[in-house]
Amino acid sequence: MGQSEIELVLDRAITVGELKTRIKLPNGATLNEASQDQPLMAAVNQEMVDDFAIVAVDAEVAFFPPVTGG
Amino acid sequence: MYRSVLIQTEDFSLDAALAELKAQSGLAGGLCFFTGAVRDSNLDQAVGGLYLEHYPGMTERQLDRILDAAAQRWQLQGAIVVHRIGQLMPGDNIVLVAVAASHRGEAFEACEMIMDYLKTDATFWKKESIADGHRWIEARSSDKAKTTAWDA
Repeated sequence: MGQSEIELVLDRAITVGELKTRIKLPNGATLNEASQDQPLMAAVNQEMVDDFAIVAVDAEVAFFPPVTGG
Repeated sequence: MYRSVLIQTEDFSLDAALAELKAQSGLAGGLCFFTGAVRDSNLDQAVGGLYLEHYPGMTERQLDRILDAAAQRWQLQGAIVVHRIGQLMPGDNIVLVAVAASHRGEAFEACEMIMDYLKTDATFWKKESIADGHRWIEARSSDKAKTTAWDA
């Protein structure tokens, strides 16, 4: 997605899906819009999750392309 | 049960790993290992190298959980996983799984199961160098089928 790290201040816990609509990429699109064309996986606090997972205000969230395995 | 999970850029020594496993696992009668090397072709194209990334913290934990699953299934005395990351060349060592158990049956099976799960449940990204550039490798459905078979 062309960005390695951003910090987002949340005033309440939200879902991963909601978070995707709040993250803006350098090209102006939201992460949610960008992920319509290419599959995107997510992890919250280093656990793989789906869009319905809850993101606490102090969570570490990672978005990445599908993984290969070892 | 002795266990060790390492993700590293450096090469590993099979002799050293097996000696360590043997030393730490008591008198295990069966030691079994699998070691994988980078292939020089994939999907009918020559491969000049392989670049690997992982998710520090998460990938180690996933590997640890795979060892948990194996330990629940078999009576194991020790298990080692070493996975390399960074830029590798064809022929380079990429992965090592070694298992110590009382008998060969458990050691063979656990080694295979750990390796099968490592292919599907551990987070790695692999980029191959090919003639006209590079490509990120996608997950294989044949790998997923092997993991599913263990759950049956």
